[in-house]
This record gives sequence, C-alpha cells and structure tokens, in this order.
Amino acid sequence: MTTATKDPATAGGVGLDDAPAPETSQPEEKEVARKVAIICSKGSLDMAYPGLIMANAARMMGIDAMIFFTFWGLDVVTKKKVDHLHAGLLGNPSSPMPHSIMGLPGMEALGTKMMKRKIARLDIPDVREMLETLDDAGAELYGCQLAMEMFGLEKEDLVDQIHEVITAMDFWEKAEGAQVVFI
Amino acid sequence: MSTTTLTAESVEVDEQGFLLNPDQWTPEIASEIARDAGIDPMTERHWEVIDFCRRDYATTGQSPTVRRIIKQTGIPTKEMYQLFPKGPGILAAKIAGLSKPKGCI
Repeated sequence: MTTATKDPATAGGVGLDDAPAPETSQPEEKEVARKVAIICSKGSLDMAYPGLIMANAARMMGIDAMIFFTFWGLDVVTKKKVDHLHAGLLGNPSSPMPHSIMGLPGMEALGTKMMKRKIARLDIPDVREMLETLDDAGAELYGCQLAMEMFGLEKEDLVDQIHEVITAMDFWEKAEGAQVVFI
Repeated sequence: MSTTTLTAESVEVDEQGFLLNPDQWTPEIASEIARDAGIDPMTERHWEVIDFCRRDYATTGQSPTVRRIIKQTGIPTKEMYQLFPKGPGILAAKIAGLSKPKGCI
C-alpha cells in the first residue's frame, strides 16, 4: 500500500537561511498518470485485436489509452470494412494450414470464419463492439490524415468512435509521456 | 504479503492491496479501500457492482471481469468508468475484497 504524504508543497515558504539542503527531499511520491499510445497499422483480424485488447486492458487498469489508426489499420475503423476484417493466414508462418492450401479460393474466408468463431466462443466482443467499448471506456481513437488521403477516405467513412483525424505530428503531441506501441 | 490496518481490524493484503482472504472483507473495509482509491462516498451504484462481484465470486470462485460485470448487472461501460475512474478492472475486485481478475476483457 502506498503511504500518503500530505501537502508536499509546504516546503515552498521555508526561509532560505534555515533550509539546509533540499537534495534528498527531491523524489516526492508523485502520482504520474500512466499513458499508452498504440499505433495500429494493420487491417487483418489478427492484427486488429492485439491493439484493441491492449488498449482496453489499459483502460480497465485506469491507464490512459489512445490508438492511432494508420495505413491498413484504417480498415479496422472504416464503416464498410470493420465487420469484414480477414484473418491474415496467407504469408503467415504461424498459419495452421499449409500455404499451398491457404491460397486456394475460399480457404481464407474459411480461416477467418474459424477465427471469428473462436473469438466469439471466448466471449471476446467483435471488432465493432470493441471500438464502442473503448470509446465508452474513455480511450481516444484517432484516424491518420495522410493515410486517409491515400485511400480517399473522409471522416464520415470512419466509425463514429473516431472523433478526430490527426497528423503524425499531432500524434506525437498527444502521445507525450506515453508508452508507445506499434502494431 | 503484508498486513494493513483497515478500519479497526487488521487484514492481510498483497503488495497491490488486494485482500488475501475474501472472508475478512466487511463493507467498512470496502469503504476504506474505496476511499484510498479516491471514491468517497460509495454510492448505491458502487454497492451494486461490489455486491455482484461478491456474489459472483461465491458461485464461480473467480473475480468477475469488467465485461462480465457489465453484462450481468446491465451497468453501462461508460458508467462503470465514472464509478471507478482509476480503473474498474482492478478497483471493483479490490473493493470487493477479491483477487485481481484473470480475464483480459
């Protein structure tokens, strides 16, 4: 348990002559708010969930969280795509099926279906619900302006939980003091 | 493991302040832990969550996750975060005298 030190500010009014040496009193127990900034740059189901779950876990612990969706990561927050993300099984060394089979028509859809079923069985919300939960939990979700220009997307094309479209420099401003995770 | 004195009794807690024995829990202890986390006073809605956590633990043997609390009590996500601004995932269980929830959602 932490010990609460009352009024650390009282030292301000102490006279100069009777202030011996303040060197040791420096590291007062200061409550620094933790913050995570996650950059989601991939649009597959298996790359979307880690960022969403990590951000949600942070919020559940009272840690501030923000996610910056850029490049293919925009798929995760694009209205037309959010419910149709695919599991990235092709070109993935961890894929449970051989690539020769995964490349056949319909196999990727099957893999995605299986993954979604597993996710639902574990009572993990789908991506859309995860975004709603994150928004309700106070996580800040941002779209990347440059990537949106590249893909010809407007803010209206994104889910309502994206309140702001920002630049890379805006991101660094907002992420000040945060632990940054790139996915 | 350490011992802390909450209200008049001393109870065993782990290094994060979770009660080691849920049976030592009392509503007074709950209020004390809550106050420590900046929740003062505990409202009826807080108690609704805490009571659910205690009940759920009694039947499942596990601390409920935030998702479970929300689904079972019908308290909206937004409100859960208003009730426990420093994190409902940790605080609900802690105030209810339970261990840290194991789930990720």
